[in-house]
This record gives sequence, C-alpha cells and structure tokens, in this order.
Amino acid sequence: MEEQDKILHEVTSKEYEFGFSSDFDMDTIPKGLNEDVIRVISAKKEEPEFMLNFRLEAFRKWQKMTMPDWAYLKIPPIDFQEIIYYAAPKKKPQYESLDEIDPDLLETFNKLGIPLEEQKILSGVAVDAVIDSVSVKTTFKETLAEKGIIFCSFSEAVKEHPDLIQKYLGMSVPVTDNFFAALNSAVFSDGSFCYIPKGVKCPMELSTYFRINASGTGQFERTLIIADDDSQVSYLEGCTAPMRDENQLHAAVVEIIALDRANVKYSTVQNWYPGDKNGKGGVYNFVTKRGICRGESSKISWTQVETGSAVTWKYPSCILMGDNSVGEFNSVALTNNYQQADTGTKMIHIGKNTKSTIISKGISAGKSDNAYRGLVKVMPGASNARNFSQCDSLLLGSNCGAHTFPYIEVANKSSIIEHEATTSKIGEDQIFYCNQRGISTEDAIGMIVNGYAKEVLNKLPMEFAVEAQKLLQISLEGSVG
Amino acid sequence: MTQTRINKKAVSEKYSELYKEKRSLLDEGSSPLLNRMRDVSMKRFEQVGVPGFKNEDYKYTNLERVFGKEYRHVLAYETVDVDLNEVFQCDVPQLDTYTVLLINGWYYARNLQLEGLPEGVVAGSLKQISNEQPELLENYLNRQAALSNDPLVALNTAFAKDGFFLYVPEGVKLEKPIQVINLTRGQEATFSTQRNLIITGAKTEAKVIFCDHTLSSIDCLGNNVTEVFVGDGAVVDVYTIQNQNNKSNSVNSSFFKVGEKSNLLSGVACLHGGLIRNNLVVSLDGEHSEAGVFGMSFTDKRQHVDNFTNILHNKANCLSNQLYKNVLDEDSVGAFTGRIHVARDAQKTNAFQRNNNVLLTDTAKMNTKPQLIIDADDVKCSHGATVGQIDLDALFYMRARGINENDARMMLMNAFAHEVVQEIRVEALRDRIDELVEKRLKGELAKCHSCDIN
Amino acid sequence: MLTIKNLRASVEGKEILKGINLEIKPGEIHAIMGPNGAGKSTLGNVLSGREGYEIEEGEVTFLGEDLLDLSPEDRARKGLFLSFQYPVEIPGVPMVNFLKTSVNEHRKFKGLEPLTAGEFLKLMREKKDMLHLDSQLTNRSVNEGFSGGEKKKNEIFQMAMLEPKLAILDETDSGLDIDALRVVAEGVNALKSPEHSTIVITHYQRLLDYIVPDFVHVLYNGQIVKSAGKELALELEEKGYDWIKKELV
Repeated sequence: MEEQDKILHEVTSKEYEFGFSSDFDMDTIPKGLNEDVIRVISAKKEEPEFMLNFRLEAFRKWQKMTMPDWAYLKIPPIDFQEIIYYAAPKKKPQYESLDEIDPDLLETFNKLGIPLEEQKILSGVAVDAVIDSVSVKTTFKETLAEKGIIFCSFSEAVKEHPDLIQKYLGMSVPVTDNFFAALNSAVFSDGSFCYIPKGVKCPMELSTYFRINASGTGQFERTLIIADDDSQVSYLEGCTAPMRDENQLHAAVVEIIALDRANVKYSTVQNWYPGDKNGKGGVYNFVTKRGICRGESSKISWTQVETGSAVTWKYPSCILMGDNSVGEFNSVALTNNYQQADTGTKMIHIGKNTKSTIISKGISAGKSDNAYRGLVKVMPGASNARNFSQCDSLLLGSNCGAHTFPYIEVANKSSIIEHEATTSKIGEDQIFYCNQRGISTEDAIGMIVNGYAKEVLNKLPMEFAVEAQKLLQISLEGSVG
Repeated sequence: MTQTRINKKAVSEKYSELYKEKRSLLDEGSSPLLNRMRDVSMKRFEQVGVPGFKNEDYKYTNLERVFGKEYRHVLAYETVDVDLNEVFQCDVPQLDTYTVLLINGWYYARNLQLEGLPEGVVAGSLKQISNEQPELLENYLNRQAALSNDPLVALNTAFAKDGFFLYVPEGVKLEKPIQVINLTRGQEATFSTQRNLIITGAKTEAKVIFCDHTLSSIDCLGNNVTEVFVGDGAVVDVYTIQNQNNKSNSVNSSFFKVGEKSNLLSGVACLHGGLIRNNLVVSLDGEHSEAGVFGMSFTDKRQHVDNFTNILHNKANCLSNQLYKNVLDEDSVGAFTGRIHVARDAQKTNAFQRNNNVLLTDTAKMNTKPQLIIDADDVKCSHGATVGQIDLDALFYMRARGINENDARMMLMNAFAHEVVQEIRVEALRDRIDELVEKRLKGELAKCHSCDIN
Repeated sequence: MLTIKNLRASVEGKEILKGINLEIKPGEIHAIMGPNGAGKSTLGNVLSGREGYEIEEGEVTFLGEDLLDLSPEDRARKGLFLSFQYPVEIPGVPMVNFLKTSVNEHRKFKGLEPLTAGEFLKLMREKKDMLHLDSQLTNRSVNEGFSGGEKKKNEIFQMAMLEPKLAILDETDSGLDIDALRVVAEGVNALKSPEHSTIVITHYQRLLDYIVPDFVHVLYNGQIVKSAGKELALELEEKGYDWIKKELV
C-alpha cells in the first residue's frame, strides 16, 4: 500500500509538460469591459453593424446576469474588469506558406508535438490554428473550397459570408443562454467557422488548436458549424495552454446546426493548464457547447477528453428537434491535484423517435473533485424517445471526490429512459495481477484507466485517440492510492 | 391550476404574521423544551421562506400554491364530538398492533390505554410527555431536525405543539408494531403541524406504522416532522401509509439517526393524496449499520408526489439500499431526488439506489434526480433510474400465452410494485399493501374500508 | 531455487501460516495438498507479494535473494509466476497489449531488447499452437467475460509466454473440464526442464494424473505436516484428509 502511495504520489507530482509561453507582439486594448470596449473590438475587426448590435445586446443582458452557482465547484470571485478582452498578434498574417509564420509560433507548436506541417502532410488534417484569438493560418482551404466547404476564421466568415452568420449565429446558443455565453457573445474575438453544403461529405477531419497565450487575456472563442442537408463532417478541437501563475478565464461558445440527415461529429481533447500541484494557477474553463439537430434524421455526436483546466464548467448538449434525430455524448474527464470539474451534457428530446446516448467516465485523483451533471428531458411530443446513460466514476486515492448529478425529466409515456451510475475505486486486485506479470504499478494504473476509458477513446478519430491516451497517462502520473 | 401568480414574499409573510399574532398561544401549555426553539427556528424559516422552484431542493414541487391558501391553524387541542375509537377501526386482517389516534396533528385525548406494553416503554402525546418527563426528550428533541436547512422543518419547529412520542428503553423488544393513525377532520381548510419523536435504545426492536387518513373532504395541509433515533444494535422499522383524499396536501420530513451495528427499514407507500412531499434523511452515524429505504407511489388525476431522500454515510462499513417506484396515471406528476453522500473517511461503504417509473399517459410527468456525492475511495456506490412503460416484450409474451391484455398489464404492474412491497417486514401489513396496490391499479377505491367515512 | 524457512504469516491478526519449511530445487515439481482453509492459497499469495498479509517471522530466498524484500513486479520479473485461483478481469485492456507489456518488462529486467510487434505476435502464435488454444482469447480484454476454464487456460498461456523459473499453480485445476485440464498439464509439462520448477497447489489428486510431482506435501492448519513422494497423493485421494488429522492428534 505504502509503495503504491509513493508511486501514485510520484505520478501525480509530474509537472505540466506544456508549460511555456512564447513572446509574440501583442496588440491589446486596456483591461476592463464596457460598451466602448465592445465597440472597439467590433471596430478593430471591421465588423458589420449587425455584429456590433449582437454584441451590445449580449453585453446589456450580461450586465443583468449573475454567475451561476449551482455547479459543484468552488470558484474564487472573478473580477471581470481585470481582464483584457482583446489581444491579437500585431502583424496580421496572411501567409502563403508556413515559412512566413513567426518562428516563435512554429516553435510553440513543435513543443506541443503538433507541428503544422506534419499534421498537414502526414495526417491529412486541415488545421486552422488559433493563437490568442486571431486565426493565423488555415490550410487545405483550396481542397475544401473545391467541394464548396467553407472553413475559415470566424472574422473572415463575418466579412465573406455575413448572410450565413446572420442567419445561424445565436441559433443554438442565444445570447441570453447563460452568463458565460452572454459574455462570450459580447466580446468574442475570433474562432472558427465551418459550412458544409448540401450532400457533401467532408473529405478530411477539420481541426483547430486553441491556445491561451497573452498574460491576463481572457480567451473568448466562437465556433459555428453548419451542416446542410445530407452532409457529413468530423471536427477536432484540441487545447493546450502555457503555464501562468494567475488564473486565466476561458469562455468559449460552440454552436452546431445539423439540417436534414446531416451528421456532425465534434471531438475535443482539452488540456488547458490545470494549475500546479498545490492548486496555484490554472485555467478557468466555462464553455457553452450546443448543437441543434434541426433536420430530420440528423445526428450530432460530442466526444471529449478533459484532462486540463483548474475549473471546468462544460455541458456539450444536443437539442433533438428533428424527428428521428440522434444525439451522443461521450466523455472522459480526469481531474488530479486540486482540479475541479463539473461537466456533462443535456439531451433535449423534442422530435419523435429521437435517440440519445450518454457515456461518461470520470476519473478523480489527488485532491480533486469531479462531477457529472446531465439533463435528459423528454418533451410531451417526443414519442418513442430513447435515452441510455451510463456514468461511471473511478476514484484514485482517498482525498478526491466523485459526484453524479443526473436530472431526468420525462413527459411522454412512450419514451424509455435509462440511467446507470457506478462509483468505485481502482481495483487493487487488478493492480496486483499486473504486478504479478511484471508490470509496474504506475504502468498498471495507466493501463487500467485507459481500459476503463476505452469505450469513449474509441469514438475519437485515430490520431486523436493516441494523443488522448498519452494525455491520460501523463495527467495521472503521480496519482493513485 | 388556474391560480393567479402568488407573491412569494406574501406567502412567507403570512406565516410570520401568524407567528407573531399567536406567539403566546404557541407557548401556552407547551414544554419549555419546545418553546425555547421557536424564535430561532422562525428566524431560520424567514431567511428562506416557503421554497419555490428556484430552490434546487424543491425544483420539481411548487409549494407556494398550497402554502399560499388560507387555512385554519390548529394551535390548541380541540375536542372531538364523536368517539374516534368507534368511528375509526383499522380492519386490516391479522394486523395486531398497539393503536393510537392523532387528530389534526394532536394526540387524541380519548385514546384507549395501550395494554401490554413492555415495562419502561413510553408511548403517547409529545406535549404531555415533554411536560411530565422532559428528561426523556431533552437530548433528542430537534437534535437531528435542527441540522436541516429546510425552511419547512424550521417552520414546523416554530409551530409544533404536539405529536406522537415513543421511547423504548435499552434491550426492550416490542412484540407488536405500534400503529399511529393520523386523522384529518374539520369543516374548513385546515393546517396542521405535527411533531413526532421516536427514541429507541441500544439493542431494541421496534416497528412503527404511520397511517395518514382524511376523515373529511376538505382542503388540508400538514407540515410534519418526525425524528427517529435508532440505538446501537437496534432493529427499527418505520412505515408510512399515505391514503388521503386528493385535496389533502402534506410535507413530511423524517430524520433518522442510526447508531452502530443497527438496522433501519423505512418504507413509504403513497396510495392517495393531493400534493405530497416526503423528505427523508438518514444519518448513518455508527459503523456496520444497514439502512433499507423504500418507497412507492401510485398517482392519478392531478396528484403530485415528490420523494426526496438523503442518505448520509458518515461512518465506515455501512450499507444503504434505496428503491423507489412510481406509477403515474392521468395528469399526475412525480418527482424523486435521491442523494447518497459518502463522507471523506466513510471507507468500505456500500450504497445502492434505484428509481423506476412507469408513465401510463402522455400527460403524466416524471422528474428524477438521483445523486452521488462521494468523498471516500474504497466504496461501492451505484444508482440507476428508469422512466418508461411496462415491459412490452413481457406483455406480448403473456398475451401470446393467452392472457388478455388487461390482465397481463395488471400482473406486470403488480409485479413492478411488489418488488417494493416485499421489503415490508410485517407480514399482515405486506399482504394488506399488496391488496391495496392491486385495488389501486384496478382503479377501485383503495381506501381501507373504515376510512370511507366522511 | 526456493527456500522457505519457518514462514509465519497472518491476515488481519489471524495467523494462517504457522511455520512453513520448504525447499525446492531446480527442475522439481512439488504438489501442495490440503483441506480447505489449510493456508494453501495464502502461501501462493505471500510468495508473490500480495498486500494484506503480515509476515510475522521466517525467511524466503528465491534464486539466492531475499524474496520478501522485493516488490511483486520484481518477483515476477525474476521469474516467479502465480497462476491465480481467481484471475482478475481488467475491462478495456486488450490481452495482447497486456501481455506484450508484461513480456517486454521481463525482457527489460534481463537487459534484453523489447520484442517488436512482429516478433511478439510470432511468439504468441507459437505458444498458442503449442497449447492448442484458439486464437480468440488474445483479442479480448484481459479475462473479461471469460468462462472459468478460459481464465485458467489463459493463465497457463501467460505462463508459457513468460517462461518463469518457478511457477505456482494455485488451484488451477478446480472446476476444469478434461480439455482445460489437458491444456494446463501440457503447459506445465512443456516448461519442465532442469531449470524450471513448479508448485502445484491443489485440493484433488486429479491434476496429478497429468502432472507427475516429485514431492507431495500436505498442508494442514498452516503447517506442512507430511511430505512424501507422488504415492502420497493417491493415498490422500483414497482416504481423504481425516487420517492425517487423526495421525496428528
């Protein structure tokens, strides 16, 4: 036991690998938030009036809202006037090739092990790299353009495709949806936009990597994905952030709209800086992600591997409006040291014969708290709705917490809703069995945790799955008891 | 409910005003043990007020409506013009119990003497015993309820004057269950505040059955609190059978403090009623104890039943097992919140919970919120919840064997309910509940015969 | 190879092993028999380093080294293999990955290069053929959903892959059909060589029809009360354990 404790301790005490920051020239505006700041952001981005109005409306609503306090999280008060709401690399880059990109930036990506070039060449992934809010480089744009697919930065989309933006922005996540979504709507700097036309199957995985970079800047990403009738797309989002002492705020919004028979798969590996082993620093991650299955037989599937952030508040959701539409949520959330996570999903069944599946695997280690919170709601008209939820929690060590808060609200008799949850500690007999075959406790824990999370990891695209597995192992290093 | 919007503040203020107005009446004739808690409890109530939708713990039950109505508060004992012992005879076959009657929250003055109670057992009126033998209560009264943040528990403490009291001294085993029949009767809308206290010493055995009945077809609201202290090594059963008319509303908060190596069984059967909210808190405060917590409800029309449980595993090596089942018909609404909280050092905890619900119509609604809060690692905890219809495959199988659809449905529903019923450890009561459930499912009046009177 | 001197061990304050003495030389097969509760499985667990056992007294040397000082994984890597009475299920971990990690850990310990995927698969095929196993088992998660017989066959398969110096078979025969019993016997017999030793812990004589022991020991009430050649097993089968108990009184 003692030996195990020791190993677990060693494993948990491993420092964040990706903690470094690069010195770019930043174009920032002073900290604080008021209507003028919002006007400046909008003006800097040369936005049309409807965007400014969208932002101002959101800001006015936000001022009347209060930060939600129902989550199982302990968050020190956040001073929203101490945050810088806009930072962009000074030289607005419009590069033809990677050679022109700031070497510092490339170096950063190299340290992360996600070199753009290799990504581009080896995996065939088009990468839209977002560093501190402004899109720097989009690759494979031409290939995509041939198919009529639009994949670009959000600002670019505002300029080039204002009609699409005006029609769909705020459809999944209205400005008043919640405190953080309202804040994002008011100040979001940039993000990604994706439109898949009717009948098109996107030939490659689309991907963005987010990073928080400038000291004291909040990160307010906005992603909008529209899948038109009979289209199909798989979207990857990965996050790593450099080490910072003060807590950084991240309040992103992701909106997905799936029209008739469209199929959208959204995968995330989130590895923002979780703070050090004493709970100092780390990212506050308050994210609103929601997809609407507007069309009949459409499908939205969320897969997430969450290992980072000091605080995670995130509920990727599906509104199943179209008849026969399908929602999926697959999640692995790992917390260690002093991390806190309150994450889960909402499945709102509106259309007939709608189906949803929830698989959540929580892993708590160190002194962390890990909560699943999920809502399954069946409206009166949602005949034959089906939901199956499985929420498992694994505890590593006796100082952490694992919590489960499902909400099930059913108003239709022909629906069948099933929820199961279990909580248990990592099996000592499993560890011993591995030991007896010559496998060290640390490797055994990594193996068992990966096995436990496998059902979800299997849903990730191949290249992501490997990264996620490594991440689980790294995040656990030093942690079981 | 075409009620006009109720001003939340006004609802709560009504109770504050009533309290001020009746302050001296509340103290009159009550033991100082009760009176000393009133002011502080009223303050606690006023801080939150009558819980509305915004209160996470009352998310699925709007109490402002029933608390907002005008009631006559029964703040002093009222003599009854008939002999309830004759009017009311519980006729459950073979159910041999010590029976006591309470009327509108008060211990009935003409209760028959309980014959044959073992020596040292004290059973009777909380008001009387708290005045005459305060030493029996002083270390127990409000010791569990005061830990609650629920404003309605505080409201009960502020207004409570009487209720049922039971004391079972160490080592005593009660051969027969004690049956407490709570009657509601009156000419106009009535609000009752009943306070029960059950203390069982170490190595005791006791079974208590609460039966809630209405004798008049009036609007009524009960805000009741029961505290049960289960001694070390004791085996205690507490059953509640709710069989009231549809205008009868109640909030019942029960607190169980369980010592070590003891065994508690709590069963709630809700057959009839208007709006019913049952709060149940079990604190497992000693090692190697077991708690079985069971409940079922059958609702129709516009009934509303909300069961809220909180099982606190404060000590290691305990087992809790919860099973709640609801069958919802017509426009009824059901809610279940089941919380399991395993404290930091409560290792080797086994805590299980299941909630199964059947919706019979498209206008019935079920909300369920099972919760696990786990702060120890060497535990086995699980919860499962389902909402759906009866098993259609099983139904088809039975029909394919020649059983007509209606009978097949009934059989399946009975089987569904029986899983809870079978946990009852009083045989005659178990049979009776099975029978009542069957009648209830067939749509026949499922009242006990003697409760048919108006 | 293995020397046990006056080994006393307890579980939660209750003494289970009350002074075991045993000497196993390279190439020998020892059978340890005894009634239920005699301490047979405890012996296997203590030797392999399972937690929850207090060593009160005694010493165990394995290949000249103090065994009790080593971590379970180092005992395994040095060549001590325990075939579990109840093999553990590890959901989601494919047998292939598990075994590959295990084999390469053993190789690393010996200072050998890890096997490449190709080499590993080849080795696996050889061993499977040797034991006439169907190839499905290795595609599944470790022991997950395996039948009792499959689990035991899987233990023997792992043993064949790891080629331990000393294998301890803890009730490997219990609940096995003839086919599985044959696999177990083949596995043990294939390993038989002047360098490899085996301890067969069993309740019945049945397995000893297939694996012929050099010595049979009777473990009773935490002590080895009788040791003899293979004929002792037959005697036990015939008379049960009662005569030994009587002899002791």
